[in-house]
Amino acid sequence: MSAVLIAIIVLALLAVAFGLLLGYASVRFKVEGNPIVDQIDELLPQTQCGQCGHPGCRPYAEAIANGEAINKCPPGGQSTVDALADLLDVEAPTLDAEDAGDPVKAVAYIREDECIGCTKCIQACPVDAILGAAKQMHTVITSECTGCDLCVEPCPVDCIDMVPIETTLNTWKWDLPKPGVELIATDRGRGEAFEKGEAA
Amino acid sequence: MTRVHSFHGGIHPPENKRQSNGAPIRPAPIPPRLVLPLSQHIGAPAEPLVKVGDRVLKGQVIAEPIGRVSVSLHAPTSGTVTLIGPQPVPHASGMEADCIVIETDGQDEWIEHAGLEDYKSYTKSELINYIRNYGIAGMGGAGFPTDVKLHLGDDHIVNTLIINAAECEPYITADDLLIRERSDEILGGIEVIAHLLNPSHILIGIEDNKPQAIRALEDAVRGCHLNIDVVVVPTKYPSGGEKQLVKLLTGVEVPSGKIPADVGIVCQNVGTASAIYRAVHRGEPLISRIVTITGDAVDQRHNLEVLIGTQYSELLAASGVRRDDLYRLVMGGPMMGFTMKSDAVPVVKTTNCIIAATEEEMPPAPPALNCIRCGMCEQVCPAELLPQQLHWFAKGKEYDKAKHHNLFDCIECGACSYVCPSNIPLVQYYRNAKAEIRQEEAEKQKAEYARMRFEARQARLEQEKIEKEQRRKARAEEAAKAQASKKDSAGAAKPAAAGGDVKALKTAAAVARTKLKKAEKAFEQAKESGADNLAELEAAFNAAKQKADDAQQKLEQAEKGGTAAASGAPDIKALKTAAAVARTKLKKAQSALKAAEEKGQDGVEQLRDTVKELETKAEAAQKAFDDAQAAPAPAAQVVDIKQLKTAAAVARTKLKQAEKALANAQDSGEGDIAELEAKVKELEAKVETTRKAFEAAEQGGSAPAKPVIDLAPLKEDMDKALAKVEKAEAAAKAAEEKGLPTAEKMRAGVDKLRGKYEEAKKAYEDAEAQNAAAGGKPAIDLAPLKEDMDKALAKVEKADAAAKAAEEKGLPTAEKMRAGVDKLRGKYEEAKKAYEDAEAQNASAGGKPTIDLAPLKEDMEKALAKVEKADAAAKAAEDKGLPTAEKMRAGVDKLRGKYEEAKKAFEDALAQNGTAAPAAPAVNLDELKADMETALGKVQKADAAAKNAEEKGLPTAEKMRAGVEKLRGKYEEAKQAYVAAGGSVDAEAKPDTVTVD
Repeated sequence: MSAVLIAIIVLALLAVAFGLLLGYASVRFKVEGNPIVDQIDELLPQTQCGQCGHPGCRPYAEAIANGEAINKCPPGGQSTVDALADLLDVEAPTLDAEDAGDPVKAVAYIREDECIGCTKCIQACPVDAILGAAKQMHTVITSECTGCDLCVEPCPVDCIDMVPIETTLNTWKWDLPKPGVELIATDRGRGEAFEKGEAA
Repeated sequence: MTRVHSFHGGIHPPENKRQSNGAPIRPAPIPPRLVLPLSQHIGAPAEPLVKVGDRVLKGQVIAEPIGRVSVSLHAPTSGTVTLIGPQPVPHASGMEADCIVIETDGQDEWIEHAGLEDYKSYTKSELINYIRNYGIAGMGGAGFPTDVKLHLGDDHIVNTLIINAAECEPYITADDLLIRERSDEILGGIEVIAHLLNPSHILIGIEDNKPQAIRALEDAVRGCHLNIDVVVVPTKYPSGGEKQLVKLLTGVEVPSGKIPADVGIVCQNVGTASAIYRAVHRGEPLISRIVTITGDAVDQRHNLEVLIGTQYSELLAASGVRRDDLYRLVMGGPMMGFTMKSDAVPVVKTTNCIIAATEEEMPPAPPALNCIRCGMCEQVCPAELLPQQLHWFAKGKEYDKAKHHNLFDCIECGACSYVCPSNIPLVQYYRNAKAEIRQEEAEKQKAEYARMRFEARQARLEQEKIEKEQRRKARAEEAAKAQASKKDSAGAAKPAAAGGDVKALKTAAAVARTKLKKAEKAFEQAKESGADNLAELEAAFNAAKQKADDAQQKLEQAEKGGTAAASGAPDIKALKTAAAVARTKLKKAQSALKAAEEKGQDGVEQLRDTVKELETKAEAAQKAFDDAQAAPAPAAQVVDIKQLKTAAAVARTKLKQAEKALANAQDSGEGDIAELEAKVKELEAKVETTRKAFEAAEQGGSAPAKPVIDLAPLKEDMDKALAKVEKAEAAAKAAEEKGLPTAEKMRAGVDKLRGKYEEAKKAYEDAEAQNAAAGGKPAIDLAPLKEDMDKALAKVEKADAAAKAAEEKGLPTAEKMRAGVDKLRGKYEEAKKAYEDAEAQNASAGGKPTIDLAPLKEDMEKALAKVEKADAAAKAAEDKGLPTAEKMRAGVDKLRGKYEEAKKAFEDALAQNGTAAPAAPAVNLDELKADMETALGKVQKADAAAKNAEEKGLPTAEKMRAGVEKLRGKYEEAKQAYVAAGGSVDAEAKPDTVTVD
C-alpha cells in the first residue's frame, strides 16, 4: 500500500515539477510572431505581384500559415509550390494558374516615345522600379524590376510590355547532359554522325 | 632543392605535346579583320573609348575598365574601327557578345610607347594601376585581372610566389615554347611581381615533360638575385591547377572556399609574367599571345604569336587546315576546353590552344551508361570530392546536398569523366548544378532585395499618409482661422487672430463649466444622502472648479485682449455671458451655503470660501463687461449703434427681471433682499449708461442719412468671386493629390482669388451695414436669408451623411468629403449668422413684432439632436476602441459648442421678445405648452421603453436610461419656458412618471 502511495506521490511531484518547468519555459522562451511565416516568406519569389490575391508576398505567407492553399503563386512556379509543400510537409498540389508551365522571367519595358508621363505605373510598382515624373517620360530600372505585371494594367496608352529576360553570357548555364542512355553500345557514334552531317 | 609533395588523384592522359613543340614560335600574319570582345576576362566588360570609323594605332587603348575587376583593351594593330556590336565569341554557349571590330590597314603602326625607366621608383599602387591599364589578365585560362591579384599584398601576407609553368593539359605547348625562347622576359616579369608582392621565396613549378624549358629556366634563374627555385614536378594531370600546384610545391592545402592568398601564396602564370615584363619594360600592352595550333586536321602544328582578336579561321588557314578532316574544333585543351561550333570566333587573352581534331583523334563521346558505383572517379578526383555522389545529386536536382558535398570545390578538370567506365559526362552535370545553384542564389538575393524595396516603399507610403493627414489638419486649422478672422472683420474691427482662440476658449470654458456643474451636483447629492465618498467627490469638484476657473480666466484674458484692441461688440456679449455665468454660480453657491448653514452640515467653511471666490469673480466679470461696454461709446460707428441698442435693451430686460425678483422676494420675505436691491440698483445704473451710450452713438452715426445703397450688384460680385474661389480650390486640391508640380502655383492663385472674394464680401457687408444704419429702411426681408440658410443646412447634412457612409466603407475619398462637409458647414454658419444678424437688426429696428422663435428653436433642437447622435457614435467608437474615436469626440465637442450657441441665440431672442413687448402675449403660450407636452410624451415613452429593456436585461438599457434622463431635462426646460412665459402648470400635466426614478 505504502509503495503505491509513494509511487503516486513521486509521480505527482514529478508532474508538478515538470509542469512548472514547462510553464516557465513557455513564458520565458515565448516566440514572438509566427516563425513559419518567415520561412514561407523566404520561399516566395517576392515579386509582390498580388496574383495570389494578397497585397504582397508576406501577406500570402501569413495566409499560408493560416491554412491557405500553397499553389497560388504563378511567378514562383511549380518549384515554389514544391518547396512550400516540402516545408509544410503536405502533398504538393499543382500550380493554380492558367499556364502552369515554368514561369518565364520577364521585366517591364516602357516604349518610351509612347509614354505620356501619367505616373500611373509608378504608383502601381510595388518595388519603386519605375523612374519618372508627371508629364515626363518614365522608364523601368530593369535590375530592380520583379516582373510582377502590375504596371501593365494601369497604363492608359498600353506602352508597357513584359519582355522576357534574355540569356546573356553571364546568365547562360550549362544544360544537364541529354540522356543518351537509350542508345546501346553498338550504336556508338550514330548520334555524332548525325551531328556531323548537320554540320556539313 | 625544395621537396615535392603530391596531391590526391590525378590522371595520365596521352600528352600529345610533341606534335607542336618542335617548331619555334612564329608570328601569325596580320589578319584583315580583328574582333575584340569587350569582356575577355572575368569581371565587368570594358567600356569602348572609340567610335565606328575611328582610326586606331597599334597599342592604343580602345576600351577602358569599368569597376574593380576589369581591365582595358588595346588595338592589336593599326586600322579602322568598323563595328561595335555583338559578334560570336569563344564561349561554350556559342552566343554573341559585344565586340570592337577593327579593319586592319597592314601598316602595323605603333602608337608612341615606352616602358617605365625605373619601375621601382613608382609606388606600388601606381605600378599596379599601370598594369591594369595595360590590359593584363591572367593568361593561364581563367583570365582573372592580374592587377587584382597583385593587390593581394595589401591585405594578405604573401610569403610564397608560385609561377605556374606546369602546363599539364595534353596538346598545349604554348608555355613550353614561351619558356624556351623568352625565359629572360619571364624572369623580368617575375621581378616586377616580386617587387609588388615582396614574397620571401619564389617557386617556379614545371612538369618534368619539358626538359628544354626546365634548362632554360634554370639558366635564367642562375643570374637572378631573387630567391627563385625551379621545382620540377612529375607529370600528372591536373598538376597545373592552382590549388593542386600549391599542394605540390608547398604541401599546403588551400581550404575550401578560400584563395591561395589566404595561406600566403600567390600564383601567376608564366605567360602573365612575360606580359607584365613587356608592359613595364617596353610599354607594350597585352595585344598578342602565343597560341598552340595543333590537331590532326592541320598540317603545321606549331605555336604562333597571335594578335588578340584574330579569328580561328585565319590561324587554321595559316597552319594548313584540311577542312574535310576537321571533325572538332576545340578551344583550350582536350580536358577542359570547349568545342567551338564555328571557326569565326576570335583569339582572346585566355586562348592558349586550338585543337583541330579529326574524328579518329577525338571520337564522339560514347553513350553514357548507368553509374555502376565503381568509385574510380573518387580515386582520381584532385579535389578529393565524391564525384559519384555529386552526380546523383546533380541529376536529381538535390542542389542543397550537392552544395554540402562541396560541389563548388570541383575544378571541372574532367579527370572523373576521363576514367568513368560508363562514359558519364560528369563534369557537365557539375557545371549544370553549379549554374543552377548560382542562379537560385541570385534569385534569392534579388527576391530579398525586392522584399527590402517593397518594405521600404510601404514604410514610405505610410509616412506620406501621415504627413498628408498632418498637412490636411494644418490646412483645415488655417482655414478655420481665416474664416474666424473673416467673421471678425465683418462684425467689427476686431483683431484677426483673437477670434478663433476666443471661440475655442469659450467652448473649453463651457465644457469646463458643464463638468463643474455636474461635479457640484454630484457633490451636493452625496452630501444630502450622506454618502461615504465625500472626500473623493470633493476632490473631483475642486478639480473641476479649478479647470473651469482656468478656462474662464483664459477666456477672459483672451477677450480682454480682444476688447483692448478694438472694443468690438462680440466681446461685450462674451463678457456679458461670463458675468451672467459668474453671477449664476455665485447665486447657486450662496443658496448652497445657506442650506448648509441651516442644516449645520460640514464643509460650510469651504462653501463659504467658494462663495467668496465666486463673488470676486462675478465682480471681476461684471467689471470687465462694464469696462468693455463703456469703452465703445465714443467710436460712434453704425455697427456699434446696433450693438449698443441691443445692449441697452438687454440691460433694461435684466433690470426688469431683477426688479421682479426683488418684488417677489419682498413679498415672500425670502432670499437676500439687500443683495437683490443692490443688483437692481446696479442694473439701473447700467441701463442708464447703455442708453446714454446708445443715444450718443445714434446722434453721431445717424446724422448723414445716406441714401440706401443698391446691394444686388455687390452681392453678385461677391458670389461670383466665391464661385471662382471654389472652383480654383477644387482644381488645386486635385492637383495636389496627384502630386503635380503646378499645385503650388494653383494654391497661390486660389489665395489671390480668395483675397478678391473677401474684398467683394467686405464691400457688400459694408454697404449692407450702411444701409441698415441709414435708418428709416424697413426691416430686412428675412425669408431669402432663411432660405439660404436652410439650403446650406440641407447641403451640410447631405454631405455629412455621404462622408459618413464613405468613412464607414473606408473609401479613400472620405477625407476629401469630410473637408467638403466642413466647408459646407462653414457656409451654413455664415448663412445662419447673416440670418441671425438680419433678425437681430429687424428686432432692434424698433416697433417690429417679436422675433419668430420657431426657427431658432428648431436650430437649437437640431443641434442638440446632432450632438446626441454624434455623442452616441463617439461612445460606440470608444467602446470598440476604434482609432477614430478621438476625432469623433472632438466633433462632438464642436457640435456641443454649436448647440450651446444655438441655445443662447434662442434664449437671447426669447429675452428680447420679453423686453420688446412685455405686456403683449409675446411668446405663444400654446406653442410652449404643446412643446412641453410633446417633451413629456417623449419622456414617458422613452421611460417605458427603458423599463422594458431593463426588465429584459438588455445591454442597451443603460443607454436608454441616459436618453430618458436627457429627455426629462428637455421636458423640464420646456416646462420652465412655459412657466416663464406666463403659463401655469396644471396638476394633470405633472405626471407620475416624472417622479419615477
